[in-house]
Amino acid sequence: MATEPANPEADASATAPSAACIKFDQVVKRFGSNTVLDHLDFSVDRGERVTLIGPSGSGKTTILRLLMTLEKVNDGVIWVDDEPFSHMRTPGGQLRPANEKHLSAIRRKIGMVFQQFNLFPNMRVLQNITEAPIHVLGQDRAKAEARARELLEMVGLGDRADAHPSQLSGGQQQRVAIARALAMDPEILLLDEVTSALDPELVADVLNVLRDVARETDITMLIVTHEMQFARDVSHRVLMFDHGRIVESGPPDQIFGNPTEERTQRFLRAVLEER
Amino acid sequence: MDTFFHQLDLVLPRFWSGVWLTVEATLLGGALAFVLSFVLGLMLRSETLVLRGLARFVVEFFRGTSIFVQLFFLFYALPGLGFQLAPLFCGVLAFGLNYGAYGAEIVRGSINSIPAPQWEAGVALNMTAGQRMRRVILPQAWARMIPQFTNLLIQLLKDTPLLSLILMADVTYVMQQVRQASGNSIAAYGLVLLVYLVLAYLLTLIMNLLEMQAKAKLGEGRGVRGLFTARTAPGGAGSPGGEGVVGP
Amino acid sequence: MNWSAMGDAFPSVIAAFFKVTLVSTVVGTAVAAALGLVWAILGRSRTRWVTVPVKVVVEFIRSTPLMIQLFALWVLLGSLPTEVIGIAMLGIHFSTYMSEVYRAGIDAVPRGQWEAATALSLPRSHTWRAVILPQAVRNVLPGLGNYAIAMFKYTPFLSVIGVGEMVRTAQDYGSNHFEYPPVFTLCGLIFLAASYPTSLAMRKLEKRLGH
Repeated sequence: MATEPANPEADASATAPSAACIKFDQVVKRFGSNTVLDHLDFSVDRGERVTLIGPSGSGKTTILRLLMTLEKVNDGVIWVDDEPFSHMRTPGGQLRPANEKHLSAIRRKIGMVFQQFNLFPNMRVLQNITEAPIHVLGQDRAKAEARARELLEMVGLGDRADAHPSQLSGGQQQRVAIARALAMDPEILLLDEVTSALDPELVADVLNVLRDVARETDITMLIVTHEMQFARDVSHRVLMFDHGRIVESGPPDQIFGNPTEERTQRFLRAVLEER
Repeated sequence: MDTFFHQLDLVLPRFWSGVWLTVEATLLGGALAFVLSFVLGLMLRSETLVLRGLARFVVEFFRGTSIFVQLFFLFYALPGLGFQLAPLFCGVLAFGLNYGAYGAEIVRGSINSIPAPQWEAGVALNMTAGQRMRRVILPQAWARMIPQFTNLLIQLLKDTPLLSLILMADVTYVMQQVRQASGNSIAAYGLVLLVYLVLAYLLTLIMNLLEMQAKAKLGEGRGVRGLFTARTAPGGAGSPGGEGVVGP
Repeated sequence: MNWSAMGDAFPSVIAAFFKVTLVSTVVGTAVAAALGLVWAILGRSRTRWVTVPVKVVVEFIRSTPLMIQLFALWVLLGSLPTEVIGIAMLGIHFSTYMSEVYRAGIDAVPRGQWEAATALSLPRSHTWRAVILPQAVRNVLPGLGNYAIAMFKYTPFLSVIGVGEMVRTAQDYGSNHFEYPPVFTLCGLIFLAASYPTSLAMRKLEKRLGH
């Protein structure tokens, strides 16, 4: 579906190093006649933690799914580490839609945690975590398992390595999913409403694990969440979305404490009343 | 009744070899059907139109023409075209092709029933398409296939009396002879029904074991009770077996 | 090989198809659909003295081969015409499958419907007739249709007790003229031509009814 980039003269040769780790350049995404992202421009710096907020259907999750290559752009270019992501360079310096090999190479930098955890039910907890390091990265089993146990300790589930996912609570499953994503040593971690499917009393454990990750690593994070306090705690920057466009952007204290846009104020009021 | 048991006693070794032939044809036909189910089922999901079209044609052809006709064609008609196959081979081939066609829909349906997020999680971990299928999707789909395969296997078992019509000495054939010699038709047919009841029960038990094992891998153990649950007929409203309905 | 035998055999084969094969399928389906409903309703009886024997009989018929059942019924009711015996056994055999379709279809009617009927003090028989079954019908139609098609493909089994259905007719022609390949090909084509469009229609019906 991907067409020519919006700016054909996009200087594929000019790779002047920038701080931008992720860059959306005039990205358009449509589902049928419904335009979810409308010529979206934004970038995320290396090590930056950015939270996307906004009403459901505003295109936040689509941004994460595009980055994870679960969807394809209709127009525009996504850049990761100054490499075109949705597209690849031809020898002539032009950009053309990426093939599977290119996607796989660049996907290696990115990890994702899903709303519904999506653990593999046919594997026990430990194997869920070691599966990709062993079979995708080619790590040897002993090393992968040692690292997996370390990560399980970190998320507070050191004793559940041999459990089936179905024997865990939602919160525990989500923490395993976080460990699974981290085991791939991603540069970028995408968190897609990771607490939305959880019972309220299980939310805190998951968020605390993520706070630890934020504090102890310099992984770039792109977060979609309805947990405003968490967003305020961990993110460097908050983007308010509506109808596929960024309505307002700024540091969390400003967005949550003193939003300038009427749309943002209305959204935050609605979220607070819901609590 | 005494004549019946006397006559049965006379042919007892042949009776047991008849039972064994029935079992043999069921297992061999089932094995061929199993392999074809996966080959055709995966072809049905292929992105290549030619492969998909070919599989669709084969599946509809063997589901649309009766097993009875298929077997008779292989046994009676093929020699007329210059191919003489051994009777057992005819039987195994007919069972394998017919039930393989039904099994293909089971394989396709079970794979399609695994939720898309499982594939997506595989993408997020940067697995190749082959790894996603082999290591994530198939092990889960397998657990869903087994009960449906159990139904097919029992249906196949119940079609094996057809072997007696192509002059093979299966249990039905042997008991027809006992029936004629003893004059006791009710006892003869009753015994055949009993043999099939026992075989169906044993096969169900074995398949239930497989199912339990597959479910245990997914952490969904039902315990030993699951072993003795009766088969349910496929094709209930909304059940995925709706299209896989074969018949007796 | 003389493929023109296909044309020569066609009139008698197609006649047997309409007179025996199709009639057996239609009548057999009616018997199976009626009897299957009886099994399903009896299976929901409140006393075990009804549900257990019904379950045993249904399970027995379902787990044993149609062909042997045909022989057995033929021996038991030898005085009746073989067509009658064949259709009856087809109907009985497939009724055990259809009862499962009914059971699932009835289960799919929400519990609240039973409770509402109880709240209105409707008698049980009236609840079945006026509330449950009308709602279950749409759930069961595709399932019953699929079994009707399956039954169609099992009509050749009637030939084992001497019913002159289509395949038997073709076989007789084939053995008289030493022409098996064309006549069995003809049978296969007729089966395919009749069953494939019907199963497509069933799939469409299934989609329309939202399964």
